[in-house]
Amino acid sequence: MAIQKKNLTKFEQRSATQEKPWVRYFLLALALGFFAFFLLLPLFAVFAEGLRKGLQTYFEALIDNNTLSALNLTLLAAAIAVPLNLVFGVAAAWTIAKFQFRGKQLLTTLIDLPFSVSPVVAGLIYVLLFGAQGWFGPWLQAHDVKIIFAVPGIVLATVFVTFPFVARELIPLMEAQGKEEEEAAIVLGANGWQTFWHVTLPNVKWGLLYGVILCNARAMGEFGAVSVVSGHIRGQTNTLPLHVEILYNEYQFSAAFAVASLLALLALVTLVIKTWVESRVHQTSDELPMEAPRTIIQSDTV
Amino acid sequence: MSTVPPLTIPPTKARARNVLPGFRLTLGYTIFYLSLIVLIPLSAVFFKTSTMGWEAFWHTVADSRVIATYKISFGLSLLAAAINAVFGLLLAWALVRYSFVGKRIVDALVDLPFALPTAVTGITLATIYAKDGWIGQFLEPLGIKVAYTPLGILVALIFIGVPFVVRTVQPILEDIETELEEAAASLGAQRWQTFRYVLLPVLWPALLTGFALAFARAVGEYGSVIFIAGNIPMVSEITPLMIITKLEQYDYEGATAIALVMLLLSFALLLLINVLQAWSAKRIGRTS
Repeated sequence: MAIQKKNLTKFEQRSATQEKPWVRYFLLALALGFFAFFLLLPLFAVFAEGLRKGLQTYFEALIDNNTLSALNLTLLAAAIAVPLNLVFGVAAAWTIAKFQFRGKQLLTTLIDLPFSVSPVVAGLIYVLLFGAQGWFGPWLQAHDVKIIFAVPGIVLATVFVTFPFVARELIPLMEAQGKEEEEAAIVLGANGWQTFWHVTLPNVKWGLLYGVILCNARAMGEFGAVSVVSGHIRGQTNTLPLHVEILYNEYQFSAAFAVASLLALLALVTLVIKTWVESRVHQTSDELPMEAPRTIIQSDTV
Repeated sequence: MSTVPPLTIPPTKARARNVLPGFRLTLGYTIFYLSLIVLIPLSAVFFKTSTMGWEAFWHTVADSRVIATYKISFGLSLLAAAINAVFGLLLAWALVRYSFVGKRIVDALVDLPFALPTAVTGITLATIYAKDGWIGQFLEPLGIKVAYTPLGILVALIFIGVPFVVRTVQPILEDIETELEEAAASLGAQRWQTFRYVLLPVLWPALLTGFALAFARAVGEYGSVIFIAGNIPMVSEITPLMIITKLEQYDYEGATAIALVMLLLSFALLLLINVLQAWSAKRIGRTS
């Protein structure tokens, strides 16, 4: 197999940075074996199990009423959680990346906090607040408002677990881009909103999209946190992942995997868009040094 | 940009003044939203446990069945993170150093555990490792049981931890210049020595960060584990499941007490990860 030189990595073009062939093949086989065994095989299994009893059973499981209402709730939760965390992410990134203030490091760490909290704990905290025996429980009951074991609880838990996604993509990106371009816009008379819309947003759009995609994938796929606050009422407080669990526990394996394959498809679409966005980010960051405005702004600081 | 209003240069009071608007608004909103969604709800765990008294708290969190879950959760998470550190490094190495067919697909699919809902992971792993499953049927004659044993928990924790190590090590590995290794080789180092004494010290902080991230995720993981774990008390029960069990018995205090233990561990890990990342950033700054 003739390999063209241009396809080689920078390390493969120089013999001093190469392993002996047998070492190379051994390491490659080990890495790819691990990949195939732990990642690829489960992915295939989802679809294979879903289709095991034929296409008809597969689609019957998908157009089942309970599946559709679960799909509705999943879309609703994501449709609320993603925009909320998007607005928050932009606000947090603006304040952290463009300004200096005390406690900035602490704030950045606190924003990441939901990632390190177990999903089960994430669900529990809302039960402690809004559950029948929680802080606001008696008040909510008196006013006939249901949060736990109802849709609002599911939305809240989803917002919590997807909280940092957009912010953590935007903060390092906006920090790296500095604030010279925005300052130039302000000095030239643009107001804050114009500056953000015409200067900042075009610069961070791919990072923003990246954060939104990951946020959405997690919002639609969350299981642990939502499971604690849901109450598992079929047709009412079931999201797709919870519906998968119920079907599986009822030994309706084909139906469970049919619904699961829908979620796996969502995961694959997420990965495709993510890879595409990443390649765009690489392209724009490669183009940056050639763009004139940046260098001009930098030169006047000398 | 043709609609920009006529030029009005804002008066500058001090040289160092930040001309950008919106600081108070965005900081205010950030703190408000963070408090509303994260900080106040999390503080409920602390307040709830503070009302239950030391004796009752200790009785709950040091119960032998709960202690068993710590051992299982922490022990298996450590083991899974260690296995991921080794194979994650190997996978990152293959992705950066070697050319092979389908490399872009492999690279994209490394993030599958991030994107795949945990419940899907859970039922899939439970099915392929069951005794008549794709992998389970080959392990059954060898006397190895994976599904519904602690080994099953380990498999699930390895799956969800893969991307953490690969994605922290990969960028560092990409940034390493060939000159370093060429210098080592020209000074007579064997390939293994170059790796051990030149590359590994540079990779070490990132590797540890990836390890810590994978561990932190594994300890709290619920969805992908419970289907394959079997959930047998004292044998294959994880700590998050213990919280659920207490909740289902309407023992809110007990659930909260265990949640507090997990939260404190999360905070400690978060601190450790921050320190590691600062160290990693410093190390990279020095070598480039």
